[in-house]
Amino acid sequence: MISLPDPKPAVLARRAEIVAALRALVPTGPLGEGVISEELRLKPYETDGLSAYRQPPLAVVLPETTEQVAAVLRYCHANGIRVIPRGAGTSLSGGALPLADAVVIGLMRMNRILEVDYEDRLAVVEAGVTNLGITNHVAADGFFYAPDPSSQLACMIGGNVNMNSGGAHCLKYGVTANNLLGLKLVTIEGEIIEVGGRHLDAAGYDWLGLLTGSEGQLAIVTEVTVRILRAAEGQRAMLAAFKGTEIAGAAVDAIIASGIIPVALEFMDKPCIHACEAFAHAGYPLEAEAMLIIEVEGSTEEQDMLLGKLKEICGRFDPISLKVAQTAEESMAIWKGRKGAFGAVGRISPDYLCMDGTIPTGELPHVLKRIGEMSAEYGLQVANVFHAGDGNLHPLIMFDANDPESFHKAEAFGADILKLCVEVGGCLTGEHGVGVEKRDLMGVQFSPSELALQRAIKGAFDPDWLLNPAKVFPLEDNPALQRAA
Amino acid sequence: MSEALLAPPDEAALAAAIAAAHAAGEPLAIEGNGSKRELLRPVQAARSLTTRGLSGITLYRPQELIVSALAGTPLPEIEAALAEKGQHLIAEPPMLAGLFGAGREPTIGGLVATNLSGPRRIMGGAMRDHVMGIRAVTGTGEVFRSGGRVLKNVTGLDLCKLLTGAHGTLGVITEVTLKVLPAPASSGSLALRVADLATGVRALSAGLGSPYGVSGAALLPSGGVAGLAGPLALLRIEEFAESVAYRLGRLREALAGFGEAALLGEDASLAAWQAVREAEPLGAAPEEAVWRVSVKPSTGPGVVAASGLDKALLDWGGGLVWLAGPARPEQHARVVAATEAAGGTFTLFRAPEPLRAAVAVLPEEPPALAAIGRRVKAVLDPKGILNPGRMRAGF
Repeated sequence: MISLPDPKPAVLARRAEIVAALRALVPTGPLGEGVISEELRLKPYETDGLSAYRQPPLAVVLPETTEQVAAVLRYCHANGIRVIPRGAGTSLSGGALPLADAVVIGLMRMNRILEVDYEDRLAVVEAGVTNLGITNHVAADGFFYAPDPSSQLACMIGGNVNMNSGGAHCLKYGVTANNLLGLKLVTIEGEIIEVGGRHLDAAGYDWLGLLTGSEGQLAIVTEVTVRILRAAEGQRAMLAAFKGTEIAGAAVDAIIASGIIPVALEFMDKPCIHACEAFAHAGYPLEAEAMLIIEVEGSTEEQDMLLGKLKEICGRFDPISLKVAQTAEESMAIWKGRKGAFGAVGRISPDYLCMDGTIPTGELPHVLKRIGEMSAEYGLQVANVFHAGDGNLHPLIMFDANDPESFHKAEAFGADILKLCVEVGGCLTGEHGVGVEKRDLMGVQFSPSELALQRAIKGAFDPDWLLNPAKVFPLEDNPALQRAA
Repeated sequence: MSEALLAPPDEAALAAAIAAAHAAGEPLAIEGNGSKRELLRPVQAARSLTTRGLSGITLYRPQELIVSALAGTPLPEIEAALAEKGQHLIAEPPMLAGLFGAGREPTIGGLVATNLSGPRRIMGGAMRDHVMGIRAVTGTGEVFRSGGRVLKNVTGLDLCKLLTGAHGTLGVITEVTLKVLPAPASSGSLALRVADLATGVRALSAGLGSPYGVSGAALLPSGGVAGLAGPLALLRIEEFAESVAYRLGRLREALAGFGEAALLGEDASLAAWQAVREAEPLGAAPEEAVWRVSVKPSTGPGVVAASGLDKALLDWGGGLVWLAGPARPEQHARVVAATEAAGGTFTLFRAPEPLRAAVAVLPEEPPALAAIGRRVKAVLDPKGILNPGRMRAGF
């Protein structure tokens, strides 16, 4: 179980006064009340995508402008009040989990697209615009915003920046950090700062890079300038199923060695294939131990050429099944199962934890074997999806939330998987963030002095540890978060 | 009597040397092979510390698209090892021997510390985008790691990006791990003779806004590649041979309205982009100052005009503006004003020492950000002994 710092009694005692002050800073506007404080209406904000943890905040503020965010932060800073930034609340690592004495700053009302510039291939959007909202806005003109986390329908760009979100197409297009030009942000002191801009390389320190993926520890992002890209002429997928995970892993190596950079290279293990097939009836081969979905881009002729080469490569590995989509519809059918993977697992298990480690891709067979052994030891089922091109592994651990013991076992199993990821040369999180979920595992990846250094850099932005505290860094040895009791 | 140049043989010795300098409060100029010693401001230090003793590739997994090398490893050594497996550094970092002098090979640590990227930056990202992990030593002599050796990693604060482009002022990088990719099987370019720079950038934007995957987009005001006169817009495709031919053909059709077109075959294209990568078409004379300006591409031609300089080279679709001209404060002020009007950033990239010691070589930061910068510097280098004065006076 994750422990949270004790709330500050002085802040709790002043709740009514704080709410009144916040109401004056963010008054009721056309979109409704600017501050939420009634117990019942705080409910939706008590958790995020990591729903096993719940804690209603002191209050929720829903600003509509950067200036309002600045005013709220100035007030909270002056009064020693902790602040939790929140986008859509889709974090799978508890990045938006409140504290009892904290004010949640929800950015969902800042959802305007401020500028689209096709000549310079950029868009300026507010933090509460959804990831897919950007692509939808420019798609008619043939453009898109590249990172595509699976929550893209709901998740917001401000959250994507803070988690450095990835997606299935990172191998070719990179993660959030590689697709940003600039940020407008507010410091805990309420100063509005811009970093980067509309140009590619900034002179001076790479604040944009440091802030991306900083999980709300350093500042609150209110505006984001993203690169938008012209979409390729078309894309098509193929499916290749194999008799063993090692064989599929070797096929992945051979694809990379061929010089082809697929836009997506997804790997599913047997339990995942079965769950997805039962859910989506995508025609996945149930006898396979592992399956790849490979997607390429280009003109129809280029797709034919690349898929032909890929078919030849996969053919060398004694595949059970090789299916090359001939049309966009067939391509969608191949993707249908993979895209529904989380829902599919949700159907066979009441609850699941979605883990997110990264491993050197060569370690995949070993890691899957160990996960299988652990699954037997813990008595919990697990299905694995894997971004095979970049080594990002998502084991889905199935459990029953009504049974506390089952949940604790699932958490312990997940922790063991992440430790294994670090042990083989990988890391705790590839794209979901540390949040509260992996906070106490940080000592597995970093030395005490490395953690102290990162904490000190957090302290350079937020000396009083008011911004999203109790996330990312273990509570021990942290003088800023000494427990009151 | 202490040596003027410290060249520790390994990371532990390097950390010990920095710890000793920290204890003594003695500033150090940090360098690899010193290939870009004249970059930015002169460093206020009697002694130099070089990473050149830390050399060699420590891990290369072509199938995992990962290479790790000690900071002092020369760029050509890494490029050769990658080429053997048909791979390359995505950001195409330049050697810049034409600007800083030949004979001192850039090290990979130096290229990361200066975040220098070549033409492929427009499509593939900058050096900073491919630094997956680092090992480094703080200004107190403490070794730390950030990132790792995998392609996707959001564990903890990204100190790789903080150190990339920090010019050795926040820590001395001892080892880097980079993402690499398969090198293209083939390449070729479309050259368009355009009426003026503004038309040229519009042509580049049209190419970059096409679905054909343009991997280089530069504008040469005086031409000069493949015997073609300027202004010349150059667009590169790097793909399998079939795709290069197809895409250049489509691009030629799509951009026909921008000017007379010529196709460059692989050899001519490679030579042209090698020249752009090294900023050769800029034609900077040895005594001239060189500025590197980063702006929104469509504003690039305006920056050139406002600078009053005729020596210019535009890369990254028009957004990277190289300028060369008289090394005088008035000229510098003019470039700065032009950049600020365009909402971008500048670097006084190379200049005789009196100029670069006298003026701000980088834009000032807003006060709130500068204050954070000082606090971050105090965390990593509390006594300010690493490359003092390199980026900003008194810092």
